[in-house]
Amino acid sequence: MLRDITIGQYFPGHSVLHKLDPRVKILLTLAYIVLLFFVQSYLGFAVSIIFLGICYAVARIPLKMILKSLKPIIPILIFTGILNMLFVNTGEPFFKWGIFSLSWSGIDMALTMAIRVVCLIAAASLLTYTTSPISLTDAIERLLKPLRVFKFPVHELAMMMSIALRFIPTLVEETDKIMSAQKARGADLESGGLMQRAKALIPILIPLFISAFRRAEELALAMECRCYHGGEGRTRMKQLHMGGRDAAAACVTVALMGIVIGLNYLPIPW
Amino acid sequence: MIKIENLTHRYSVGTPFEKVAVDHVNLEIEGGEIVGVIGHTGSGKSTLIQHLNGLLKPTEGRVFINGQDIWADKSKMRQVRFDVGLVFQYPEYQLFEETVYKDIAFGPKNMGLGEEEIRERVTKAAEFAGLRPELLEKSPFELSGGQKRRAAIAGVIAMEPKVLILDEPTAGLDPKGRNKILNQIKNYHEQVGNTILLVSHSMEDVAMFADKVLVMNQAKIFAYDTVENVFARSEELKSIRLSVPQITNVFHRLNEEGYPVPRNVYTVAYAKRKLLAELEKEGKLHA
Repeated sequence: MLRDITIGQYFPGHSVLHKLDPRVKILLTLAYIVLLFFVQSYLGFAVSIIFLGICYAVARIPLKMILKSLKPIIPILIFTGILNMLFVNTGEPFFKWGIFSLSWSGIDMALTMAIRVVCLIAAASLLTYTTSPISLTDAIERLLKPLRVFKFPVHELAMMMSIALRFIPTLVEETDKIMSAQKARGADLESGGLMQRAKALIPILIPLFISAFRRAEELALAMECRCYHGGEGRTRMKQLHMGGRDAAAACVTVALMGIVIGLNYLPIPW
Repeated sequence: MIKIENLTHRYSVGTPFEKVAVDHVNLEIEGGEIVGVIGHTGSGKSTLIQHLNGLLKPTEGRVFINGQDIWADKSKMRQVRFDVGLVFQYPEYQLFEETVYKDIAFGPKNMGLGEEEIRERVTKAAEFAGLRPELLEKSPFELSGGQKRRAAIAGVIAMEPKVLILDEPTAGLDPKGRNKILNQIKNYHEQVGNTILLVSHSMEDVAMFADKVLVMNQAKIFAYDTVENVFARSEELKSIRLSVPQITNVFHRLNEEGYPVPRNVYTVAYAKRKLLAELEKEGKLHA
């Protein structure tokens, strides 16, 4: 069950999308997400969804991975959907009950929001599926570099992020192991009321915290032993290079933005 | 006692990381023995043993404990876990209670036993694991590495399992701590007479403590036989890059050099006896 967590999960491959410069990938994903909020027509949404679908196909990421990344946000989707439907009352309501009202504009709002959120998550997941965490933080460090002018600790932030990302799978594995060990001693994690379940977590959380602190200490020591002293004067083994591929990807995305925003001005009712 | 039928386990099904960890394995282990389990890292030992108490669900195949298919009735799974005690690698990382006593009592408490019975079992388990009574009131985090390890093992022994599985119980300990743990396990086995599976990387430990050896290689069972029969196949073991105890190698070499020593020597104690007997014979001859 813990293995379902997909944040920062990398799905290795050799597609064009995998090979794109991570900086370009981050910027294009951001552009796509911004674009989602400019779309005003369902046709525009259709084009954006198809585009994302093609990207997934090119990256050879199975479609069920999208569903997997969407699973945790389903409750939020349903909740905001219902709120939007019941409380947006700009249009002509065809159903009214106290403060609740149901109108086409409300349903329209709920649907648009749902599509936006789903596309947003799917796009962000595509980024992490096709980019290894290391190159992702590398790219973020590069992209944030200008902030150094304002004494913003860019390198430290990137280092913290890469350490955090690096340790997600380790801690997941560790949690799995501790859970197995306590289950082997008859711990019951699946039944009982809320209080009982919360109590059942103690035998898992305490060893987990202890090992996390131990790991942090060991890592800090190991880094110091190798004379780590922050980003000052540090060079990189892997240099990022932008190429024709990246230019092409940028062109495709810009074209998509043009089409989708253009659709907003077309005289179609939906 | 334990019967495994056509067991297969695949990890990460449907992703690029898919891997067969156990491949159509059949195995039957009778009660009352110590079985040494050897094999390279990634040969499927750990996956196999986690099937025996239902922590992993077989992708294919079935597991029987005492003739019962453990997946037939999921509500009885906890009982299976009390019957088949599993001590993981580095079990000291699972300690969590305020005192060693409470930690050892965690298993028996989950079994729903009474206060009196729990006290009895904890005391007994601590004794089996070689923990002095005054340690029971300490925090588990104050203990030394070896003591922590033994406290964690006691936590499983306290459930009085019919089958006790230990996954590399001596990993990362110094020679003194290793011998202490192995001897405690041997004593415990002699007193209780239960079945013990001992996963180990040390051929010497297996030769010294086990009755039978199970050799895993590339997700399959390579051999399951008595210690003598398995280590007699030293050439085959070398072909899968496993070895035999060092003392066996020494005696093979001596034998090849023409000395009249037996080839089936697996422990240092036995080797010493054989050598002394041989020397005595020679001495008499010269006299």
